[in-house]
Amino acid sequence: MQQLTEIVQQALAAIDGADDLKILDEIRVDYLGKKGKITDMMKLMGTLSPEEKPAFGQQVNQAKQQVQQFLSARLDSLKAAELDAKLSAEKIDVTLPGRTLGNGGLHPVTRTIERIETFFGELGFSVVQGPEVEDSYHNFDALNIPPHHPARADHDTFYFNPEIVLRTQTSGVQIRTMEVEQPPLRIISPGRVYRNDYDMTHTPMFHQVEGLMVDENVSFTQLKGILHDFLRNFFEEDLEIRFRPSYFPFTEPSAEVDVKGKNGWLEVLGCGMVHPNVLRGVGIDPEKYSGFAFGMGVERLTMLRYGVTDLRAFFENDLRFLKQFK
Amino acid sequence: MKLSESWLREWVSPAVSRDQLAHQITMAGLEVDEITAVAGAFSGVVVGEVVACSQHPDADKLRVTKVNVGAEELLDIVCGAPNCRLGLKVCVATVGAVLPGDFKIKKAKLRGQPSNGMLCSYSELGIDIESNGIIELPQDAPLGMDVRQYLDLDDAIIDVDLTANRADCLGMAGIAREVGVLNRMTVTEPSWAPVAASTDAAMQVNVVAKQACPRYLSRVIKNIDVTAATPAWMIEKLRRSGIRSIDPIVDITNFVLVEYGQPMHAFDLAKIDGELNIRFADGKEHLTLLDGNDIAVPADTLVVADNSKALALAGIFGGEHSGVSAETRDIVLECAFFAPLAITGKARNLGLHTDASHRFERGVDPQLQHKVMDRASRLILDICGGDAGTVVEALATEYLPQAAEITLRRAKLDKLLGHHVPDADVAEILSRLGFAVTEVADGWQVTTATYRFDMAIEEDLIEEVARIYGYNSIPNEAPLARLNMTQHCEADVKLAKVRNLLAARGFQEAITYSFVDPKLQQLVHPQQQALVLPNPISSEMSAMRLSLFTGLLGAVGYNQARQQGRVRLFETGLRFVPDTAAEMGVKQQAMLAAVIAGPQTEEHWSIESKTVDFFDLKGDLEAIIGLTASDAEFSFRSASHSALHPGQCAEILRNDQVIGVIGAVHPALEKPFGLNGKTIVFELQLDALLHGSVPEAKAISKYPANRRDIAVVVDDTIVAGDILAMIKKVGGNQLVGLNLFDVYRGKGVEPGKKSLAIALTLQDNTRTLEEKEIAATVESVVSVLKSEFNASLRD
Repeated sequence: MQQLTEIVQQALAAIDGADDLKILDEIRVDYLGKKGKITDMMKLMGTLSPEEKPAFGQQVNQAKQQVQQFLSARLDSLKAAELDAKLSAEKIDVTLPGRTLGNGGLHPVTRTIERIETFFGELGFSVVQGPEVEDSYHNFDALNIPPHHPARADHDTFYFNPEIVLRTQTSGVQIRTMEVEQPPLRIISPGRVYRNDYDMTHTPMFHQVEGLMVDENVSFTQLKGILHDFLRNFFEEDLEIRFRPSYFPFTEPSAEVDVKGKNGWLEVLGCGMVHPNVLRGVGIDPEKYSGFAFGMGVERLTMLRYGVTDLRAFFENDLRFLKQFK
Repeated sequence: MKLSESWLREWVSPAVSRDQLAHQITMAGLEVDEITAVAGAFSGVVVGEVVACSQHPDADKLRVTKVNVGAEELLDIVCGAPNCRLGLKVCVATVGAVLPGDFKIKKAKLRGQPSNGMLCSYSELGIDIESNGIIELPQDAPLGMDVRQYLDLDDAIIDVDLTANRADCLGMAGIAREVGVLNRMTVTEPSWAPVAASTDAAMQVNVVAKQACPRYLSRVIKNIDVTAATPAWMIEKLRRSGIRSIDPIVDITNFVLVEYGQPMHAFDLAKIDGELNIRFADGKEHLTLLDGNDIAVPADTLVVADNSKALALAGIFGGEHSGVSAETRDIVLECAFFAPLAITGKARNLGLHTDASHRFERGVDPQLQHKVMDRASRLILDICGGDAGTVVEALATEYLPQAAEITLRRAKLDKLLGHHVPDADVAEILSRLGFAVTEVADGWQVTTATYRFDMAIEEDLIEEVARIYGYNSIPNEAPLARLNMTQHCEADVKLAKVRNLLAARGFQEAITYSFVDPKLQQLVHPQQQALVLPNPISSEMSAMRLSLFTGLLGAVGYNQARQQGRVRLFETGLRFVPDTAAEMGVKQQAMLAAVIAGPQTEEHWSIESKTVDFFDLKGDLEAIIGLTASDAEFSFRSASHSALHPGQCAEILRNDQVIGVIGAVHPALEKPFGLNGKTIVFELQLDALLHGSVPEAKAISKYPANRRDIAVVVDDTIVAGDILAMIKKVGGNQLVGLNLFDVYRGKGVEPGKKSLAIALTLQDNTRTLEEKEIAATVESVVSVLKSEFNASLRD
């Protein structure tokens, strides 16, 4: 028995000293394997009397279990240490930049148009488009601007011939819409427009958003209300806003709308009640229906909103400019 | 229209400040652009007289003067102006005076001579008048009087930007009327002694074109002195209206122009052969204008002619020959009403724009001519002397515009404004505007005024009421509308979604001009004719774009020249393709285009830097196509395009219709566009992209999927797309996945051939496929590839 106790002591010491899985496995084989030292002890059973056998067997089994437990515990701790070592070797610098294509962005003019579409879209205005090469009927005549009207000269129009122009305003889309649809109507129409003018404050191409609402009982107070709400929503500020009488041949009464900026009043849009001649021209009875229309310069609104100071930057497409609009 | 505030206040002077006055005018719809002081800020400058003037002993260009400023002592002042002379009335900055720029006048010595003050020029007082030397004041200027007061220099010039409808405000009378209405004040017109004829000299007028010229007044004035000086007050009023003084006759006609908005003209009586005839030109006449230019007068142009020749372009410009000159003794004054339609566009067609044409085009009051003829006659007699003849009038009443008769309904006024303006306000506003107003049962009966060409319908009156009442006194209200739900089609792909996808993939949206440089566009589309602007901003912006390529490639070059090597841009917009079958002769198609150049990604610590190629952009395009959820409808086919690399160019098809093109930019275009290396572009029609399908869910198979890889060797000329399409066809329903995962050329593969490694995934919805079936499917695929493409399995 003395011998069994010694063997167990030797085994436990060996397990304790094992510092890798391979050595630990050798120790297991050495003591518990088929020819292991503890397994060998069982072979002594044959030399014992029947009375001694059960007690001896029990002792050997206990010794086996004890060594087995020690082995398992050691195995677990070695495995844990090994995983720790592996994980620690895999440590990364989490502050290094990730892999990305990089985000692009929308042009600030598009950004403004999309915001305007959202504001008016929520009020049931649908977005419609019109041609940019336009006939002078839709660009002028149908808007109550007959040939030789001084307002035509004010437009710096790009003519292809007397009948075909690059549209000078998105207002023609009003006409194209009313020609095919009956009131109630609520539309906005964003797009490119063209004027033959190029300097610090004019580009020969720019963007407008036209708006039109025609229904029974549409009034000037409502035009004021909707534009007032729009401008405060657009600038997200309780801006001072004023409506100033103006003249557009296709609206009556007509107004220009100014907002108060740091350096005084700034004109941001033109509007008015749709002229009865315009309604009659598209077969809408001005005694039954009335409407308002408005047109805004997108670049002007965009410049005020984002602090852009040079109009021409919008069409240079310099990435250093565009990338600021995330 | 520039106007002097103090002149305006002679007519009507409300108790409001300059800024308030300007604000009132602006808010009445006559936008004030600018307010400019007529002189700089200065003080201590008085009227003086040079009572002694001698040469400075030590300086050639200086004079030593004694100046009387009405004080006990005369002032010693040294002056360098060439016009400084004895007896001159001058502007004297006395010691202690402060001139513009905070320049203080102190006692001084100039080359040894004492100088206790300074004689001032216009520019030294901040007055915008060109002259060499010091200001010469009239002899009756009172000594010692403050010059600011004497010359009315606290005045300001108010520049009003008039809209095209407000011709009535192209004269002081009109603006004064508006200010009177706004302040509910009476306006005081200037008064003068009427001019009676003192001779029976007269100029007969024959109006042939009666409709174009319903009223024409002439008056002869004999024995005038054209060398008389225009009075200083008139010169100054003209100056403050932006008009230069020329000679007394021109100055007087300009003065009444600014005062009443009525253009006039003066002819030299001696140059007129016979009588005045107002007629259209015969189309063969030439006329030398007052500016010296000789023009061929078009046949539709109204002229004032004598019995042998055209003298002037009626309502536009006078002729040189019959103009008033230094030798003129007798003149004929013209004061007429020319119909707007007869004048409109004529000046512009001749490249002219004059104060007269500007006013006649927009409408001059047809009732004004007698008054203004008398006003001008009085001024001429007072300034130049002379004997006035009788006024001859040619009148065609039937063609004179009449004041409009308009009924304004209370109900309409309320309905259109959405706000109730009290009866008393409505009546007063319309009356003060000069309209005759009668109250009727349901509103007002209004006779407008002949000077208001913009009054024709009820809405015109509503605008008048609203604008004088004040737009900002009308409340803001939310519009009311029926809540009709709008239709939304789920299968539609919203353009915003496409844009956002591209932005998320690193693209920046560009907006380039719709007109491009025709020379550059020719390189991109050599076979195509573009729509060309006859009057472009510049030749570089003269051709309408045939695709978005020219603009986008320009933007790439622009950025690469500015150290931006990696470029990813897209744009949406119309292209303009001439097409006689299309509306207005041009197909205006909405397109989407994108371009990439430079490295695939920004330089990164763990990504190998690679230059973009065809498949980078094709991947982006496939992602967009994916938005339609109808990917199978799209395909690519090798093609050629004048702007693209012949071996790296594909047509984009949807349901076998070509909808666009993708490819690498042809190396020949790199230099002209300033491109730095490989650039890939695509362009496709938006209408072919922006519709797709609504998802239709299918049950997921419960049975295992089986992958089998094959590697087939085919000729290099065989395209992968054909092989994959064929496998799809043969594979049938059980083929649920197909992926080409390797393309190999080189060792082990014969030159001129390539090996394609393809993974087939087979699965059935109702059972587990048996190995035999799988092998059979793969075998049939391989055998079809053998027969169709001469493919062999790679060992």
